[in-house]
Formats: sequence, C-alpha cells, structure tokens
Amino acid sequence: MYEIVEKYEEVPNVHRLVVREPNIAAKAQPGQFAILMADEQSERVPISIVDTKDDTFTMFILELGISSAKIVNMKEGDTLEAVTGPLGMPADLGKYGRVVLGGGCYGIGAIYPLARALKELGNEVVTIIEARSDYLLYFQEELKAVSDEFFVATSDGTEGTNGHVQDVLVKLIRDGERFDHAKFIGCTYMMMNCSHITSPYRIPTKVALNTIMLDGTGMCGCCRVSVEGETKFACVDGPEFDGHHVDWDELMKRKSSYLMEEMLAYQTAPHTCKALEKAYSGDSK
Amino acid sequence: MVDYDVKYLKFKTYLNTYCPHCRNSFNRKEKEMDKLKFIGVYKGEDFELTISAYLDVFEAQASIPLKEGMILEDCKCPHCKQSLVTSEKKCGECGSAVGEVIISAFSKLIPFFTCLKYGCEWHGLTKADERRIKLKIPRQEMPEQDQVLRIHNFNEVPYGLTTELALLEAGRCLQCKQPKCVEGCPVNIDIPEFIRLIAEEKIEDAVMKVKETNLFPAICGRVCPQENQCEELCILGKRDYPVAIGHLERFIADYERRMDFRKLPRIEAKNNKRIAVVGSGPAGLTVAADLIQLGYSITIYEALHEPGGVLVYGIPEFRLPKSIVHYEIEFLKSLGCRIETNHVIGYIYSIAELLENYDAVFLGVGAGLPRFMNITGENLCNVFSANEYLTRMNLMKAYKFPEYDTPMPEGNDIVVIGGGNVAMDCARNAKRTGAINVTVVYRRSRKELPARNEEIRHAEEEGIHFKLLTNPVRFVGDDRNWLKGIECVLMELGEPDDSGRRRPIPIENSNITIPCDIAIVAIGNRPNPILFNTTPNLQGNKWGCIEVNQETMETSIEYVYAGGDIVTGAATVISAMGQGRIAANAMHKKLSRPASKTKPKQKPEKAVATTPKPKPKAKSTSTRKKI
Ligand SMILES: Cc1cc2nc3c(=O)[nH]c(=O)nc-3n(C[C@H](O)[C@H](O)[C@H](O)COP(=O)(O)OP(=O)(O)OC[C@H]3O[C@@H](n4cnc5c(N)ncnc54)[C@H](O)[C@@H]3O)c2cc1C
Ligand SMILES: Cc1cc2nc3c(=O)[nH]c(=O)nc-3n(C[C@H](O)[C@H](O)[C@H](O)COP(=O)(O)OP(=O)(O)OC[C@H]3O[C@@H](n4cnc5c(N)ncnc54)[C@H](O)[C@@H]3O)c2cc1C
Ligand code: SF4
Ligand code: FES
Repeated sequence: MYEIVEKYEEVPNVHRLVVREPNIAAKAQPGQFAILMADEQSERVPISIVDTKDDTFTMFILELGISSAKIVNMKEGDTLEAVTGPLGMPADLGKYGRVVLGGGCYGIGAIYPLARALKELGNEVVTIIEARSDYLLYFQEELKAVSDEFFVATSDGTEGTNGHVQDVLVKLIRDGERFDHAKFIGCTYMMMNCSHITSPYRIPTKVALNTIMLDGTGMCGCCRVSVEGETKFACVDGPEFDGHHVDWDELMKRKSSYLMEEMLAYQTAPHTCKALEKAYSGDSK
Repeated sequence: MVDYDVKYLKFKTYLNTYCPHCRNSFNRKEKEMDKLKFIGVYKGEDFELTISAYLDVFEAQASIPLKEGMILEDCKCPHCKQSLVTSEKKCGECGSAVGEVIISAFSKLIPFFTCLKYGCEWHGLTKADERRIKLKIPRQEMPEQDQVLRIHNFNEVPYGLTTELALLEAGRCLQCKQPKCVEGCPVNIDIPEFIRLIAEEKIEDAVMKVKETNLFPAICGRVCPQENQCEELCILGKRDYPVAIGHLERFIADYERRMDFRKLPRIEAKNNKRIAVVGSGPAGLTVAADLIQLGYSITIYEALHEPGGVLVYGIPEFRLPKSIVHYEIEFLKSLGCRIETNHVIGYIYSIAELLENYDAVFLGVGAGLPRFMNITGENLCNVFSANEYLTRMNLMKAYKFPEYDTPMPEGNDIVVIGGGNVAMDCARNAKRTGAINVTVVYRRSRKELPARNEEIRHAEEEGIHFKLLTNPVRFVGDDRNWLKGIECVLMELGEPDDSGRRRPIPIENSNITIPCDIAIVAIGNRPNPILFNTTPNLQGNKWGCIEVNQETMETSIEYVYAGGDIVTGAATVISAMGQGRIAANAMHKKLSRPASKTKPKQKPEKAVATTPKPKPKAKSTSTRKKI
C-alpha cells in the first residue's frame, strides 16, 4: 500500500525516505508531518514532510530507537504498515521581510519546505544548520538554493562556525543583523536556546516541537506542552508554537523522561561558548 | 450419600433430549452427569436405583423394573426427604407414555414435556404453576475466570453462559404482555421474543430477531450498562433479580460466531449511490452495515491504523476481545464495504471534497479529546490521560511488549482518577501490568459510581482499592519532574445538582497525599475539534458537539449527517448505534427521493475548507502554500 520508492542513507544515521502516497503528496503543506509504522508491531513515529513530487513525498529520518530503526532498515519496494498524514497545523507563513531559519539533526531537512515557501513569498531567507561534524551535514545544496544567506555550524569545528545554530545566530545579531521572523526545527535544546536569544530582540520566533506522540490526532494528550500557561496538544495545535511562550523547562523534563540518559547528556553538556554566555547574561537584565 | 448439585434440578424443560428406549442422550451424551444412587429393598427384593441428572435431563435406572405406583421407601428425595413414588406420565393428547417412569417427588418440578412418540406437547401444569416454577429458578451466574489468576493475564474475564445455563436463564422470562425491558432498551430490541426463541432452542432465529434492531449483539451484550437499561425495568427485578438479558444477548451472538452459521444478509441491487462514513466506531459501523444492505456503496474513513473506534483503542481485551470486533469488521468487508484506515478527514479530505465524490457523508468521529483537571503538576512525567494509557495498552498492544515496540507504563502504585467505565478499564489494566497497589480516586460515593456494576464488582474482586469522596488538588513531583504522589482533598455530599446526583463539597483542611508512581486521569472526553476547525459551516453547540436535527441526524450542512459521541458527548456504544440507525434511515429516505438527484447540493465554503482555520491569535497575514 505505502510503497517506499526511494531510500538511502544520506549521512550516517540520517536516511532519506520517499514514499508513494498520492493524497499526502497532494495535500501536504509546509510544517505538517506524517505518522509512519514500519510493521504491525511498530510504534507510530511522527516524521516531518520535507518535499512532495508527483504522487510521492520525501522525509528525512534520524535513526534513534527501535521504531525509527525498523523504518530505515526497510528497502526500496517494501511497503510500510501505515502512513497517516498530513497531520498538524501548517506552519505560519507570510511576507515578513528578513527571516532566519535554524535546523539541526532531522531539522536540516524539515526546515527546507519552510525556507522554500518563505522565499517564494518574497522573504529574504537566512538559513543556519548544525551538525556534530562536517560528514554529518546533508541537503546543503538544496537549502542553499532557497536561501539568500547560508551558514553552517559544527560541534567539532570541522566546517563553518565551531558550535551550534545559536552561536551563529548570536554572532549575526551582534554583528547588527536584524530579523523580522525566526523559525527553528531540531533538537529541543537548540530550539530553546535560539528562542532565548531572539526573545530580548523581540524577533517573532516559531519552533516546531517534537514531543512524544501516539495517535497524532489529538486523542491521547501525550504530546501536551504548556504554552503561555495553557496546555496545548502539539499534534493538533502545533507542532509550530511561539518559542517565547513555550514552557521549556517542563518540556525538557518531559522529554528527558523518555530520552536515553546519554542522549540527553550529550545535548545538555555544559557550554563553553563565550558568546552564548554573554547572550544569556544580557538576556536576564 | 448426596453429593449432588441441586441447582439444576429446580427447573426442567424437555425430556426429549434422550432416547426413551436406549437411554442415550441425544445431544449431551458426552457430558458429565450428576448421579444419585440409592440402594434399598422393595417388597423383599434388593434393588439399586441410579438417578442421573444433567441439567434439564434426568433419568432413572433401576435393577428391577419400575412400574407406576411403586413406593420406594428407601429412596428419599434429597430436598423434601419424601420417599420416591414412581408414576408413568401419559401425553394428554395422544395418550402414549412420555418419559416412561418418572420419579414423582422430583416430577413436581417438571412443567411440561414433549410426547416422544408423536411429538405433541403435553402440559402437565397450568399457567399459574408454570409461573410459580419460573420464579423458583435463580438468576444464572456467568462462569468467570478465577479472581486470583486473571490479574496475570489479559484474557476475557467472563466465559459466557453455556447452552444449558442460557436455556435455564431464558426459561426465567415471564413473557410479559407489556414488557418493560423493551422500553429500557435504547434501540427497543424485542427482548421477550428473542428470549422465547432461546428457550425454544431456536438460537438462529433469536440472533436474527436481535439483529433486526441491534447489529452487534456480541459487543452490546458485553459492554451495555444493562442494569440501567433493560434489566433495570425487568419485572422480575422487582421481586429479586432481573432476567440476565445482556448475558443472553452475548450468548446467542457468541453461539452464532462459534458455530459460524451466520448467513449473508440479502443485499439489494447496487443503486449507484455512494456514502462516505467518517470514523469506524459503533456509530459509523452501524451506518455502513445498514446502508450497504440497501444497495449503497460505502467507504469508511478511519484516522487510526485499525478500524473499530473506542472498541479497539479504548475498551480492553479482557472485557471485549478484539477478535470480536475484527469478526464484525471482516463481515462488513465481506459485504463489500471499503475501509480506508490512516485517513484523518479534515486533513486529507475536507468534508466539501467528500461531498463532491459521495452522495452523503456520515460523521461518527466520537468524542476522543481527553479532558484534564487543570491542576498543578498535570504535565509531570507519568501522568497519563486514560486515552493515552488505554491506547498504548490496547491499540499499540503495549502489554505484549517487547513483541510489540510500545513499552508498557509500569509502576508499583498506580492511581486512577474518575469513576466511570473508562476508570475501571484503566485500573484493571494497571492491575494486570503487575502493579501492587491500584487505587481509584473518585469524588462522590460508591452509589454514584457511573461505571457498570459488573465492572465495579470485577475491579473489587481483583483487589483494586477505592478511595471514594476524594478529589485530587495537585500532582506532586520529584526534582526530575517524575510523579511521586497526588495531594487530594476529602469530600462530602451536599445538595443534588442538575444531574440529580448529590454535589460533592470539599472538606476544609482534610488534605492527604497518596503516594504513587503513575497517575491516570479518566475524567471524561470531549469531541475532537479537527472537523470544526476544518469545516467552517459545520454548526456546533456549546459543548463542542455537532448540532443535528434530532429526527434525521442531519447537520447544518445538507447531506452531511452525524451520530454517536460527536453528537451526544461521551455516551454509550448502544446510543451511538441507535443514532447511526436513525441517520441511516434518514439518509436512505432522502437519497431515494427522486428529486434528490437533480437538486444541487449546498457546498461548504471550499477555499478555506481544505486548510485548518488559522489560529485567531496569529497576526501575520497567513498565506497557505502547498509544499
Ligand atoms: C512533529 C514531529 C516531527 C518530527 N519529524 C521528524 C523527522 O522529520 N525526522 C526524524 O528523524 N524525526 C522526527 N521527529 C522525531 C521522531 O518522531 C522521533 O525521533 C521518533 O519518534 C523516535 O522513535 P523511535 O522509536 O525510533 O525511538 P524510540 O525507541 O521511541 O526512542 C528512542 C529514544 O528517543 C526517545 N524519543 C522518543 N520520541 C522522541 C521524540 N519525539 N524526540 C526525541 N526523542 C524521542 C525515546 O524515549 C527513547 O529514549 C519528529 C517528531 C515530531 C513530534
Ligand atoms: C475506555 C472506554 C470504555 C468504555 N466503556 C463503555 C462501556 O462499557 N459501555 C458502553 O456502552 N460504552 C462505553 N464507552 C463509551 C463508548 O465506547 C462510546 O460511547 C462509543 O464508542 C461511541 O461511538 P462512536 O461511534 O460515536 O465513536 P468512537 O467509538 O469514538 O469512534 C470514532 C472513530 O472515529 C475516528 N475519527 C475521529 N476523528 C476522525 C477524523 N477526523 N477522520 C477519520 N476518523 C476519525 C476515531 O479514530 C475513532 O476510531 C467506553 C468508552 C471508553 C473510552
Ligand atoms: S420485563 Fe423481564 S420478564 Fe418481562 S419480558 Fe422483559 S425480560 Fe422477560
Ligand atoms: S499525539 Fe495524541 S494527542 Fe497528540
């Protein structure tokens, strides 16, 4: 039913998956996601829709646990047990002016439809992506094609800025760049930091939250997040939310409950970036 | 001497279940018999008499020939302690011997039996006798899984009535002239008639009778709150216990499935009209089944990867085995019904688009949005909504982890908040995950618990604690945001509120903390707003339900009907089915009007209909773009 027409490992652990599903291909809007099940025993895994072509659509999948591993271990020509979509609210898109976009891990792919749509709407698009090392960067050519400016950050400094999206962002802002809108997709830690940075500059900021999900239709409530003190369901009210109003503390703790300790440790390792520390201290005043 | 279970002797239906000559049972031959053995002396001659009974059949075998009018001094009835007297009964109509020799002390209880020679019925008793005897039969208990063992598995708890118990139970029905039970049934099943058919062992006909009004008796027999519906009004209930209508309903449906004698219903010739059914819960399935038999082409759209609605994602396996729901769904498919899973209507097709391709649309999307209490700490880790907990356990089969990938939420102390069926399901599920203490916290008293009596009884038997008149005020977490307890306030009952139940009032300074590692919030569900957000001209009411014309179930959009929980708010399986049937009839009526073909349809505003309504707060000039 849901045939995999193309699948290959873009960079270690990140897989490009193209699935034939004409309805999703026809309907998907930037910012929406699909839920996949590899087989009957699988969990339901939410994955952002990156691109559509004819009757197929493209996703990038990061191999994490068992269910994503099952999907990426399937071959071209195999069929998935279930594909539901498009789900979630489409991203807010408009003509803002100068827009900064940040993407990390699967967000490098997931930010692409937003960049393209924003560009088509006449915005000036500045894209920043991050990875641990240069060999883990992917999809750069496509992103460059829809960005006016393009920056890269790597944790080990093998390419671009040494650090994360937030480090590039701080630098740009310090250098006097002004942005009218910002969107971030990637790990929660990056999205939180970036939101903290844009907040004092009053840059409207949207983040695409990747909470744990089950049904993706608003039925279970496991994807709930607090935004401006209100409980919202990421699958139907989001996944895009105002980064300045998300209760990051709660979200990080909620996510950590399911995350492997070491993954969390990696993401929240103490930062040595001076610029970021300064940005923080400036933040609190 | 008497190691004999007297329970079944209280009532006997027919004697013709064994051959009068060879003494072999016709259809219950293999089964174990209860035996009663007498040794004595009759007129100086030693003799042995064995009376074997199996439920409604009993027979006497003696070492000497039994004739009419023998007084067997040494054989005393275990009940009345009278000596047995033999008598030969003759058919009142044809005069031939019926049961050969009958032991008279027991025969008092024999109401009527069939003449074995000619098959005519011999009535040994008057109507009044019959009634008196019926009243003596106790309500038959349904055999169940052992209380201790069952909390270690997920298998169904009640086993269902055996044929014998069902016949006995059916025999209790008084066949009232003005049966109250029918009034109590939301879809007015002809209850006395189907019970009469069971008593006459015409199970097939009984199934057909029930299916005239209720398509899924196997499901309803298990989950309907009969004690508030048919059984509440049963005349027998005024004396002692009502007829076990639900158990009988379940029995005939299970019998049909086991024996596989289900026949394809007559399907009318295809009328080239197409119907889209959104949601595959009981409401949607009923509409599909009704209309497909009238010749419509049906497509069901279901958001999840498995059809069945609450029946598969909510109600647990040990209460409603999924194989039963699958059986019904497979049957629908065999009638030609198309089921498209993984289709969330509103996102993948708007209602406007459905109306372009279908002649009418039925919305049976249920009330799937979990309600929370909005108290501090509700977003702590390990606080689940009942929907999440049950969906993980049932739909995702977490209880089969690691065969299935979804892990099972485990803890030693689990608290469930709420008192309905959903709460009982969560609590009993939790008990089966190995939790040591499972506590149901409910703010009113035992009397007000809205769950089915059977569920409450089962929960109690399984060792679930009830903390009644208690209401949570705060979830307490540890420094890593994991739940470690629930602070509650004790309540007392005040004046009755609108629902007629006494309103619970908090008692000041009575706060207690219940330590726990998992909390499950089961305080109700509301309708899911996806359809409203994506269909601007669909009219709702203040509870977030769809407004319909109560007579036809038609919504504010012509040719779009709705029924089930999305109209009533969280209710029952049978009311969802009832509304589905009303809608199906109305749809058929409207679509079979010749005018309907030519009349142009009123279309929902299309431009916005395909995209979710932008959030009012978003100030940016939102422009929608396809990827
Ligand atoms: C709206 C949305 C869009 C997403 N888009 C993409 C995408 O385009 N590409 C992609 O690779 N991933 C995406 N994700 C994240 C993806 O759903 C998770 O990575 C996936 O569920 C992990 O499942 P798993 O079974 O492989 O891992 P699991 O075995 O379930 O988990 C592995 C570890 O990761 C934790 N975990 C579970 N879910 C998440 C989560 N959502 N985020 C982080 N950790 C999690 C688990 O608790 C566990 O410790 C998206 C998530 C959301 C909500
Ligand atoms: C745990 C639990 C226990 C219960 N126990 C009992 C009981 O013992 N006795 C009793 O009588 N009642 C019980 N109920 C209530 C009963 O199950 C419901 O009243 C009944 O199922 C409602 O049927 P429905 O057809 O309206 O909707 P549902 O059964 O809720 O089905 C709706 C279906 O529509 C699908 N859907 C939703 N939105 C969309 C969309 N946009 N597009 C496509 N599909 C969609 C959903 O996924 C779902 O499958 C219980 C409910 C729960 C949750
Ligand atoms: S009210 Fe009870 S006794 Fe009377 S017909 Fe109905 S089920 Fe039988
Ligand atoms: S994933 Fe279940 S409500 Fe969002």
